[in-house]
Amino acid sequence: MNGPSDQMTDQKTGQAADRLPDHSLDSFGDAAASATRVTPGNALRPEDIALQKAAPAGDAAARYALHLGDDALILAQRLSHWISRGPELEEDVALGNIALDQLGHARSFLSYAGKAWGQTEDDLAYFREEEDFTSLHLVEQPNGDFAETMVRGLFMALYQHQVYARLLDSADETIAAISAKALKEVDYHLEHAELWTLRLGRGTEESARRMRRALDKLWPYTEELFQDEPLHDELEGIAVRPSTLRAQWEEQVRDILDRSGLAVPEVPAALCLGRRGEHSEHLGYILAEMQVLARKHPGATW
Amino acid sequence: MSSTVIGQDGQDGQSNQNNQSKQNRQSGQKASTSAGWPLWEIFVRSSRGLSHVHAGSLHAPDAEMAVRNARDLYTRRNEGVSLWVVRSTDIATSDPDAKDMMFESPQGKDYRHATYYKESEGVKHL
Repeated sequence: MNGPSDQMTDQKTGQAADRLPDHSLDSFGDAAASATRVTPGNALRPEDIALQKAAPAGDAAARYALHLGDDALILAQRLSHWISRGPELEEDVALGNIALDQLGHARSFLSYAGKAWGQTEDDLAYFREEEDFTSLHLVEQPNGDFAETMVRGLFMALYQHQVYARLLDSADETIAAISAKALKEVDYHLEHAELWTLRLGRGTEESARRMRRALDKLWPYTEELFQDEPLHDELEGIAVRPSTLRAQWEEQVRDILDRSGLAVPEVPAALCLGRRGEHSEHLGYILAEMQVLARKHPGATW
Repeated sequence: MSSTVIGQDGQDGQSNQNNQSKQNRQSGQKASTSAGWPLWEIFVRSSRGLSHVHAGSLHAPDAEMAVRNARDLYTRRNEGVSLWVVRSTDIATSDPDAKDMMFESPQGKDYRHATYYKESEGVKHL
């Protein structure tokens, strides 16, 4: 290994450069190695973003971070409803994990967005009104049955995967860094959704029927994912223009559905303006549950 | 003499489906029905140079999903760099009731240990 890559390894693992230069992950010579080692590891955390000096370059960049954060937050809130309700304990944990990943992304984006307005992640999550939320209609759709949750998960994972992959090159370094961390996790969400789509689509007659029903129900809300807003015009090089994601997204959806024995339904698109704060009746209930404790007992900790 | 098979989940008829994750991906092969998902034993390797160690077990419809579930259940605190899953019914074990026959015989046979032997005179490089 040459010098520069050694330095990167050292930064990541927090190893002193003069100790275990090449073998920081080996058990050889590593006194801490054990079959049951548990370490927190190092990664960008929302707390780090809240402490850092860098804030969004302007109001538009902050509002863009809010879009990403609101999608993740509402999806996390929806998914966490599955905890203790999964079809099997293992799936319960998988859905809970995905919900927590999404919550982590939401915290990072909200922490960052809030810096532009002197607000914390909690201010934005708990003390905004329904019309201030900019999330997509797709994420506020009810969980429905397991098939519906998987179809929604597939649509969102494909979408977020593309968005975060493109944002790796964002001129906004914090958005790029959050996206880099989120991308690896969404990679797993995508695989989870894809594996289940294959199994349910090609499973029993009943599972395939439920998948078709879920596709019919949720496909109309996918139109909104690719809607450009005036905001995106101001953020050349920082944001991803949603309309540019559509072709690849549809191709990937078709490929997965094709392999699952399913098809893209022919249903008209729904008119959704979630980015402008116009939501379906579902969001109010989600927010009521999510915000009630923080609003009833402001500043409460536990 | 006899061996015990662990993981009684009534899925014997489907014991061919392990290790077929590629095939599963294509065929979307369905697993169990009302009896629940089969049980899998999970082995985690915590770092390069160490062996995979048995970490526990879990339920999953097939091998591919078992690996994913194992990732969620057994590596969520940075415990591992590699996972193995094995259908519980595919593991043959020694009979717990046959412990005497199986494992007591070596006791007292200290000549099977190197420390039993004395260094012989005149042997160099030992």
